[in-house]
This record gives sequence, structure tokens and C-alpha cells, in this order.
Amino acid sequence: MLEQISLDLPATHAAIASLKLGSVVYLNGMVYTAREGVYERILNGRSQLPEGLIASSNVNFHCSPAAALQEDGEYRIGGVTATASFRFSKYLAKWLDLTNTKIIIGKGGMPVADYKSILAPRGAVYLTTVGYGTGALLGRGVQGVEAVHWLDELGIAQAMWIFRVKDFGPFLVDSDLQGNSLFAQQGELVNKNIESLYNGLKAPALHRYGETRDRKDELM
Amino acid sequence: MISNDAIELASYEIMKQAAIDIPADYLDGIKSVAEKESEQLSGFVIKTMVKNYEAATEDRRPMCADTGLPRYYVKVGDKAQFEGGFTGIERAMRSATARATHDVPLRPNRVHPLWRTEYNNNVGINSPEVEWSFEPDVNWIDITTVHKGGLFGTDYRMLFPGDGIDGIKRFLLDTLISFGKRGLCCQPAIVGIGLGGSKDTCMQLGKQAACLRIVGDRNPDPKIAELELELMDIGNSIGMGAMGFVGSSMVVDLHIEVGHTHTGGMPISVHTFCLSSRRATARINADGSVEYRIDPKWFTPYHRRETVSWESK
Repeated sequence: MLEQISLDLPATHAAIASLKLGSVVYLNGMVYTAREGVYERILNGRSQLPEGLIASSNVNFHCSPAAALQEDGEYRIGGVTATASFRFSKYLAKWLDLTNTKIIIGKGGMPVADYKSILAPRGAVYLTTVGYGTGALLGRGVQGVEAVHWLDELGIAQAMWIFRVKDFGPFLVDSDLQGNSLFAQQGELVNKNIESLYNGLKAPALHRYGETRDRKDELM
Repeated sequence: MISNDAIELASYEIMKQAAIDIPADYLDGIKSVAEKESEQLSGFVIKTMVKNYEAATEDRRPMCADTGLPRYYVKVGDKAQFEGGFTGIERAMRSATARATHDVPLRPNRVHPLWRTEYNNNVGINSPEVEWSFEPDVNWIDITTVHKGGLFGTDYRMLFPGDGIDGIKRFLLDTLISFGKRGLCCQPAIVGIGLGGSKDTCMQLGKQAACLRIVGDRNPDPKIAELELELMDIGNSIGMGAMGFVGSSMVVDLHIEVGHTHTGGMPISVHTFCLSSRRATARINADGSVEYRIDPKWFTPYHRRETVSWESK
């Protein structure tokens, strides 16, 4: 059995420091979504951070919810899943400094170099969603929409949603405060077998860039 | 005479079913993959996904928030009569997509590729895609919707006849390993391989092989059926499981579709239909009644043109 942890938000430094790679985490409190639309907007100075965000949440979820505005003005949140995080690498150092965010949740983790140079030095860790696509389980964990920002400007998928969550999960701990990565460790184990899979299979007649890094090479 | 309203309603209903209810064939497939999985992390992921399918059905909410690029496959019987014409069917499907996006809700994923503008309804230029197929001697219309994420797990390559089966195996390994790392293609998946045709046909065949054939279905050519099983075993022996963790759960099933191709080439495409393999089909009968099912039955003998003769002498 994998270790299971319930974490109250905003998460304390002690709680974050105790997280171990591969543990299963459930969250209680406030979580906000932000991806390239929000990052571009704030970090390029076109908008200010919503008031009170820093005090209420230190968890950034790389997520676009399946949400709809109901006639009563409330939002119905259907499924909730993450989007692949590696694309947001270039924003994160500035973003963590600006928002004091300590937990990033997303899909697929980030390169281990980012953990070592960006997340860990700022006391932040990465939790990955499971599957991927536990949309219904995570949707159950969203108790309500506290606020939504820039919905008109960015649309449902890119807006900043602030969710009140309870037993929100499961997530797996991918990185710790030493900058270790579960994905990287598992990837290294998988890699040991890869070379042998190609044994005896002849190489294709025409190569592609990528199989050679030198674009001056002929491909045949 | 089939009314346009009946088509709109059925199209709307299958959007909902596809988003919420995991197809039974895939669920059985994933459970049998789970039984063979001996690694703790990969096993945990699959067990969690099974809980997620149950939660989706209980709550009537989408199993995955990335409801992909919703689209339609339509098979029209030669004898089907429908009041709105072909463009009427396409209009009905655009309307159903927009309504379902709000009501289910689906994530409004569709944006302009350059301006990133959207209408929060998954409808836009050239979307949703509607692909057409025909069936002799029948009077029904089959409509299938597929919700497939679109960013990872698909690749294309021009191979040559001399590359042979080795080339196919290599390219499959390349694709599964590159997109399987960190689980970007959301494995264990239904893998579709398109072989032959021209480039665009090859992509289309592979995509349809992944999305429109159920788990356990085999190609009618016994040698291709054998190759399907062999390639599935190769995928599951990479040593990679769910989320790219160590394990054996990579491929739930593997389908190959072929098309006659250029004498000098052997184009190949590989597509992975994710852990939330979402599809649903409606048959609208001549009297307007509708039956829902999980098997698209897209690759009929006529569709593969197996039974169509040609005379050129």
C-alpha cells in the first residue's frame, strides 16, 4: 500500500518538507488554477494578482475544468483534470516568487532540473494527478467555486478558477524539497530495458532529424 | 423519414454518454490488464482510474475534464431518408455539440489555431469534424462520437517496403516509448495503427482503428490479426506501465487497418486512444426510433471495400 496523506491548505513548510516521493495526497482548502493565459497576463503586467490570493492559497493547479455557467449564476464543475506541466517551465520561477506558491499540481511532472533549480530552492514541490484523467474523482473534491478571474478575456479553459476543495485527490508526490523526482527515478528504471527492445530489428531505410542531431547530415 | 430533430437529439445524447460512461469493452480490457500488473505504482493508477469511471457514472459527470476534440462519424444507409439533407445532418451536429458542451458540461477546447479565440461551445472553423461512410441495402443512420485528447500519442512516418515488419515494430516502440514516458499518452491505451493508403488516409485509418473498433475485435485478415496480437505483446513488454511508471500496462488492445498504397512506400501511423477511451454510437432507424450502443461497427465489409468487385479487363 502506498502511504496516504491528507493535507490542509495553505500547506505549511513542515508539511511540505515531510512529503515523500510516491505518497498519495488529498487536499483540503483553497486551490487556484493558472496556466499560460494567466501567467502571460500577470507576468507581463497586464493585470494584478487577485486580492487575497496569496493569503488564501499556495497551490497552483495546471488545470482547465469542464465548467458551465448555470442560470442561477453559479458555476457547475463537471470533470477536473490537469494539463501537461512541462510547457509552463519558463514562467515558474517568477510565478513562485510573485505568488509564494508552494505546491504545483499538474500532469506529467517537470524536468528534474526544474525541481532542483526552481521548485526546491523556493520550498515548493510538485504533485501529479493520477491516470491521467481522474476527472470525476477530482470533480467530486471541488466543493465550490470561490471566484473566477478573467473569464471573458481568457475563456473557461484559461481563466483563473479558485476552488474550495475537500478530500481533493488523489495526487502522487513527484518531487521533494531535495529536488528528487519520482518520474525521473521510474524513467531510469524503464530505460534500462529500452535498448534491448530494439535488438535484431534492422534500422529504417530513411532516417529522420531527431535520429541525427546534425541537420547537415544526409538522412539515407 | 428521419427528422433533423431526431438526429440532433441522438447526436446530443451520445456526446453525453461518451463523456460520462466508460465503454464496457474498454473497462473489461483495463481490468484484465490490471490483473497482470505486478508493479505497485502502475497498479495503483489503474485501480484509481476504475474508481474514477464508477464516480463518473454515479455522478453523471465527465470521467475526464479534457473532453478532447469532440467529433462525429456518420454512416448512412443507401435507403435512409432524412428530411434535412446531408448539410442538415451537419447542422444538427454542430448544434448538438454546442448544447452538449454547455449541458454536460464538456470543456470548450476548440480555439482558433492562431488567434486562440473561442466561442465556449466546441464549434468553429472545420469543427466538429464529421466523417462520412455509407452502407448498402439499409435504411438507418449510425452516428458515433469520439472524444479523444489530441496533444500526445500520435505519430506518422513514411516507411519503405524493405523496412518490413521490423520497421513497423521499431516505429511502434519509438512512438509508445516517446509518448509513454510520464504517461503523456494516458496509457494503458487502445493503439491504432494505420498502414498504407496515402499520407492522409494512413493517419485516418490509424485514428479510426484506435477509436472505432472495440477491445477484442480482430482484423478479418488472419495474418493481420496475428500481427495485432504480436504488436500488442511488444507494447506490453517495454517495461512501462500507467503514467510511465515501471510496469506492464501499456496496451489494452491494438488494431491495424490497412489501405492499398504506393508501390514504393509503406506509410505508417500510430494513435493511442487514452485511459478514458470515450465513444458512443446511436442508430436512428427509419421510424425515428433510436438505439444506443458502445460498438461503432464502423469497419463493415463494405467500409473496407472487401466485398466490392472491380472490373477492368
